[in-house]
Amino acid sequence: MLVLLFILFGAMAIGCALGVVAQRNPLYSAISLIGVFVSLACLYVMLAAPFIAAVQVIVYAGAIMVLVVFVIMLLNVEEEERRRPRLRFLVPAAIALAGVLIAEVAFILVSVQQVPVAAGSSVSDVGLTQSIGAALFTKYLLPFEITSILLLMAIVGAMTLARRGGLIRSREQTTRG
Amino acid sequence: MDTQTAIDIALKFAAITVAFVVVLLVVAYTVLAERRILGFIQGRLGPNRVGPGGMLQPFADLLKFILKEDIVPDKSTRFVYFLAPVIATMAALMTMIVYPFGPETRIPFTDITIPLVIAHFDVGLLYVLGITSVGVYGIMLAGWSSNNKYSLMGGLRASAQMISYELALGLSLIGVILLAGTLDLAQIVELQSGWHGSRWFIIFHPLGFITYFIAAIAETNRVPFDLPEAETELVAGFHTEYSAMKFALFFLAEYINMFTVSMLATTLFLGGWNVPFADVIFGRGTFLFGLVGAIGFLLKVIFFLFVYIWIRGTLPRFRFDQLMNFGWKILLPFALLSIFLTSTLLFLFPNLF
Repeated sequence: MLVLLFILFGAMAIGCALGVVAQRNPLYSAISLIGVFVSLACLYVMLAAPFIAAVQVIVYAGAIMVLVVFVIMLLNVEEEERRRPRLRFLVPAAIALAGVLIAEVAFILVSVQQVPVAAGSSVSDVGLTQSIGAALFTKYLLPFEITSILLLMAIVGAMTLARRGGLIRSREQTTRG
Repeated sequence: MDTQTAIDIALKFAAITVAFVVVLLVVAYTVLAERRILGFIQGRLGPNRVGPGGMLQPFADLLKFILKEDIVPDKSTRFVYFLAPVIATMAALMTMIVYPFGPETRIPFTDITIPLVIAHFDVGLLYVLGITSVGVYGIMLAGWSSNNKYSLMGGLRASAQMISYELALGLSLIGVILLAGTLDLAQIVELQSGWHGSRWFIIFHPLGFITYFIAAIAETNRVPFDLPEAETELVAGFHTEYSAMKFALFFLAEYINMFTVSMLATTLFLGGWNVPFADVIFGRGTFLFGLVGAIGFLLKVIFFLFVYIWIRGTLPRFRFDQLMNFGWKILLPFALLSIFLTSTLLFLFPNLF
């Protein structure tokens, strides 16, 4: 039963991932990417990590991809322009890099099987809300806070960039009026 | 797969079917109730010709939707155009399975106790938020694929609005999570059954409830936040080009969303299936207790639906800049304040909870 579901969602993830690369229409690529995220979330649920699955859907499918689709709609990008010939030489490089990546994953899979599972850490509570919360606010508190400051900096930076034009225009309006 | 698993799966399917049928019936009659109540507010009758008092109107409407011609715009993006209403309806229906409709109930004349919830999910609340956030795509893609500038404007407005108000919505729920200490909806309701079933979280977290209620109206694109389908400016907004059953699916999704946000409000703030003093009269775990609980839950949800309709008959529509200002400058700080107050309360009186 679980194996069947795993094959189903795994196939969905791989199929959608291929769609992201193969589609010429950017919006179709975005929809395929949403499909990848949702299938990955299903896989997380099967790995007994419901919190990570929910966060995956909320953050990636629900927030980031909404912005991506929003921008695509706003710019009204039609079919991606035909592949420019000067980027052709990148295709074999991409294939080679993908090969390296697959080799790395295979190496990790093989080496993980050799390491015995550490005693005391049960598989069932790794992805649960409580254990993640406890880990975030005790063991990984510093990285967690640094990440939040990084995000705050990004927000302030985005607002500065967006406000610059607006401020000048409003000053012009005040001088004129 | 052994027999027990098969029976479990069959039971789940039966439970989902029953829940969907009940919900769709309630939704169908919400549409009728809305038309009748709006008629009453505006000093007219509303539909009352089909069946006694117009009771068969929803089925007549459904028949009409099925028989209407299904027009697909020539220059539309075909696949996405078909996908959008499906996503909207599916996302609306999928949240249904985690809500506890009633307490654990013993079936009469047997010793079998069944919980009146379809799926116990450790992160039920996050699941609801996640599925709701996926529902935005239905509206966005509908607006984009129709190849109509009114639709596109409606879709863009809808997505901007839903992203903005999702923040306030999520923040207003954090107080409840702090009070309950769990994300499982069934457990959250169970925690509110103190004081003979009247220890509702709205008492400890009223600001959060107000924030949630306003943000929920915006999330479901209802008046006064119905800018995505503002008739006076955008024809019909994102579903301008949709006709027949595909339009009906959007219509259905909107009303199911109304129903689910009402269920979430009931579950989190108004005690879910807890009816005050029902445990004194009937005793916990009996069949009557379960029945009263389920009816109480449904009545609370219907109360919310009525308030929705009432608001629609009362308030005018926001302008778009007012909508954004309200969401970001008033509602969001208000939600943060409610979290601050609830955390302070929890810190000062940890024994209260």
